[in-house]
Amino acid sequence: MRYVRTAPEPVRPAPPRPKRPALRSIVSGGANLLTTAIIVLFAIRAVPHLLSWAVTHGVWNGDGDACRDAGACWAFLRAKMPFILFGIYPEAERWRPILVVLILGAATLWSLPRAHWTRATLGLWGVAIVASLLLMAGGRLGLSPVPTSAWGGLPITMLLTIFSLALGFPLGIVLALARRSDMPVYRWTATALIEVMRAMPLVTLLFVASVMAPLLLPAGVTADNLTRALVAFVLSSSAYIAEVVRGGLQGVPPGQQESARALGLGRSTVLLSIILPQAIRKALAPLTSTVVVIIKNSSLVLVVGLFDLLSAGRVSLNDPAWPTPYAETYLVIALIYFVICYGFARYALHLERTTQGGERRP
Amino acid sequence: MRRLAPFVVLAALLAGGCDIGASHKTHGRLTPHTLEAVRARGYVRCGASKEAPGFSGPDESGRWRGLDVDTCRAIAVAALGDREKVRFVPLTGQQRITALQTGEIDVLPRTTTWTLRRDAAGINFTIPTYYDYTAFMVRRKVGVHDLAGLRGASACVQSGSMTEVILADVSRKYRLALRPVIFDNVQSTRQAFLSGRCDALITDASALAALRATLPGRADDYVIVRADSNVAPLTPAVRHGDDQWFDIVKFAIEAMIDAEQLGIGRGNVDRLLASTDPNVRRFLGVEPGNGRALGISDDFAYQIVRQIGNYGEVYDDNLGSRSRLNIPRGLNRLQRDGGLMLPIGFY
Amino acid sequence: MRRRGAGHGWGWWLPQIALLLALAGLVLVVARTVSDNMERQDMVLSLGFLRSTAEFPIAESFLAYAPGDTIAWAFVVGLGNSIALTLLIIVLSTMAGVPVALARHSGHMLARTLAGGFVDLVRNVPLVVQLLFWYGVILMAFPPARAAAQPLPGLFLTNRGITVTTVGITGTALPMIATVMGGLTLTLVAAWRGRLHQASLYTLGTIVAGSVLWVVLDLGLARDVPHFDRFNFSGGLTLTPEFVAVVWGSVIYASAFAAEILRSGLDGVPRGQWEASRALGLSKRQSLRLVIVPQALRMIVPPMNSQFITILKNSTLALVVGYPDLNFVANTAINHTGQGLEGVAILMLVFFTLASAISLAMNRLNARVQRAGA
Repeated sequence: MRYVRTAPEPVRPAPPRPKRPALRSIVSGGANLLTTAIIVLFAIRAVPHLLSWAVTHGVWNGDGDACRDAGACWAFLRAKMPFILFGIYPEAERWRPILVVLILGAATLWSLPRAHWTRATLGLWGVAIVASLLLMAGGRLGLSPVPTSAWGGLPITMLLTIFSLALGFPLGIVLALARRSDMPVYRWTATALIEVMRAMPLVTLLFVASVMAPLLLPAGVTADNLTRALVAFVLSSSAYIAEVVRGGLQGVPPGQQESARALGLGRSTVLLSIILPQAIRKALAPLTSTVVVIIKNSSLVLVVGLFDLLSAGRVSLNDPAWPTPYAETYLVIALIYFVICYGFARYALHLERTTQGGERRP
Repeated sequence: MRRLAPFVVLAALLAGGCDIGASHKTHGRLTPHTLEAVRARGYVRCGASKEAPGFSGPDESGRWRGLDVDTCRAIAVAALGDREKVRFVPLTGQQRITALQTGEIDVLPRTTTWTLRRDAAGINFTIPTYYDYTAFMVRRKVGVHDLAGLRGASACVQSGSMTEVILADVSRKYRLALRPVIFDNVQSTRQAFLSGRCDALITDASALAALRATLPGRADDYVIVRADSNVAPLTPAVRHGDDQWFDIVKFAIEAMIDAEQLGIGRGNVDRLLASTDPNVRRFLGVEPGNGRALGISDDFAYQIVRQIGNYGEVYDDNLGSRSRLNIPRGLNRLQRDGGLMLPIGFY
Repeated sequence: MRRRGAGHGWGWWLPQIALLLALAGLVLVVARTVSDNMERQDMVLSLGFLRSTAEFPIAESFLAYAPGDTIAWAFVVGLGNSIALTLLIIVLSTMAGVPVALARHSGHMLARTLAGGFVDLVRNVPLVVQLLFWYGVILMAFPPARAAAQPLPGLFLTNRGITVTTVGITGTALPMIATVMGGLTLTLVAAWRGRLHQASLYTLGTIVAGSVLWVVLDLGLARDVPHFDRFNFSGGLTLTPEFVAVVWGSVIYASAFAAEILRSGLDGVPRGQWEASRALGLSKRQSLRLVIVPQALRMIVPPMNSQFITILKNSTLALVVGYPDLNFVANTAINHTGQGLEGVAILMLVFFTLASAISLAMNRLNARVQRAGA
């Protein structure tokens, strides 16, 4: 007797997981009750302290003297915020870095939805970057020139991140392809480069770039501090990106390559039009997580004397007219980083879910 | 490949960050003609520090100010006749010597102490512009009057400087058992001292005076104790191998010192062009020859005094009575007044 | 892709030869530039500077150091600090990650939300910012040395650090310490091999031998109580604010990452495994120990490898709060000697070796984990 099913069995939803009501999870059972008690006790002790420091005794207006022997000195941050955000950029020209932050922020937000991933967006980025550099540096279009040594704050953080990505990405792809090449010389070179970059602490790399660059450059060629730091960032981010892209490449089934070759496509066409797009799509979510790593790493320029967001914050603490409100300053800086990084982290999660969905579509 | 075009543009922009001065190198070595290179470029490149109040650093409006900055402007006046034809390259303590050796800057006037090993490392020191010494700053209420009183104290110090060696030396020499707390930058070092992490802060006395002066209404709360009897001559340096540039820098500095000796200042320099004193006439270039001997304009000393001032004026502007720091002249008086600033003849 | 072993044509050889030549050319150009630059600065490439004296101080170290020792010893002292710091952070952060991971996994809503918030917050703020924050908190919140807080007798909190009373052994303690250490090593080795019975015998033996030696050698205990003298506490053990900040900040940061790795390991074990092991009659503890954890470990160990290497690399951030790790000491040495290339080469070599050592250890652990129960 044979039985052949003609119609597919309708997909049934998974049985719902028993979901305990939130309230009951907190108060039922000995262990849960104990956990709750510990948390509540801790909160009772800590929260009033924090509130009295931050709010009741916090100083929102006034000058340095108002902050002495008081709680949190938020007035300091109100006074220093422009400096923390834009560093020692000449005050009269401050609209320029503000515009740069807006342009780069808008370009980033614009690029998030999948529908905007077009060649035009890539062009838009080119324009945004050139415009930002032009605005920051000046010297053309009637803008007064501002040397990179006077750039500072958030624009530095943004530019460093964007440049390490934009330059590290192609370099990373080349490294990833070389590492998977069937030619040993390419494979070894790429492996050596990636592994050395990954084993070196970025602080050391930055130190090499900033202090020893003159030794490595031919006579008469100089590079400013920003460029030196950027080289270190590009090298390190390309190693991270190479590993993520390699993961994506491994995820592309070998059949793709074989069938594309069988269709008579050339090696480079197969690579650029068939393999890489699939690999990058697979690697999108981890790549976005890499962006978070790169943003966080940008704060390390602190050790080579560049005025990024964090360095500017630390320098602002140096004003003797104020007591040194370390905690408040670093909290606010942490908040700025958190908003940016957490945004990207959530976006990576979103990409991960939607890309998986896309894979299953026939 | 077209898709890669934006990246190519980016790479080109990045390369734009490198300043390739192909014209002033031959066979991979710097030509000795710094003056030619400076003239071709149109400005003098000076090493500077962003955070040395009184010596160098940008003010709120972004304009560079300080004794070292004015020294650099004097050199620009000597070489190019204009105090604005100058660019400041901010350098950390670690970067400064290499930057000069490799030609990133033309002159290094950045609170650099003249020492034997530095002088031997491919650079030449010119004329000291400030005589400093190393000192501890201590809170007055602790009741420390001399080094012995510091036994067992914690001392905040910046790494990579001679100061940390002096700290170790003093501690060893007098068995003070000082506990060093070491940071890699000025801000952290200062902040740690001010927030009570250390009992003492050790660095150049001028920097301590600058710090003490900026603490509002509390300057008396701190005592400065000298760490050793050594004098640290802060001296602008140039690269080995270009004697003409070496001379120009020396006499740009000397022009300010001599001007004070001769009683020439910003206020009277134009009037003194008509002076009958042969020393003044030679100095101001009314009787020519000095500039030509150096290969620069004959009125360079006149221009330096007119555009910048004599040493006394520059000192008062940046460090002395007209500044917030208000450091007494002390060792930095003219030799005739009992200091170490020695005028050298302009003939 | 071509099969290996097949005959290779020019298309295979030529690009490789070209790359080799290009690399060789690059190395030559860089070498010439560097040697030109060094010649101009009268610099000589040599490791001889390691034998000269280090005149600079090092703020604190696990190994004894004083200005006047050799530069080589200064490097070793920095390395000692780096290794101690890294090991401490690895152990503490992994331990701290466990309760966070369990809380994120638990049915307790409040605990889960709090743990989730903690992980998100900590992972999305740069470690440097966190280190500076914690250092600032210690300097601001702890009282000055004169007015030390004393939460427990013999424990002093000040903005100069945390000072505790220590207990030392008086007398010739070396034979006893050596015996106990040897016994402990044997116990650990036995436990690692899974011979628990043997391990407990060793433990007993160690205790007995230690006590006998204690009596025979006539050892005693002495307390070293810290006392305040003019500026600072003397005696006892002081953990400096720099050390506390870098350990505390790094442990908080790394524990959030460890918690995520542990949690995804736990999540990675299918629910069916739980249900099946319970159905086999195993108790909750037994199924956790025998079924779930071994499987979760397989997913936990590989990412922990890179996590530990990251901790090693991040230990160089100790610099920002003034704790002298290897990188800090090397920078100082380079500053004072001018031997930048040699110093950096040493740094690269050391970090590469340390990272490889971590990888090697973790790979061995991984091999064990993957084998167990497979």
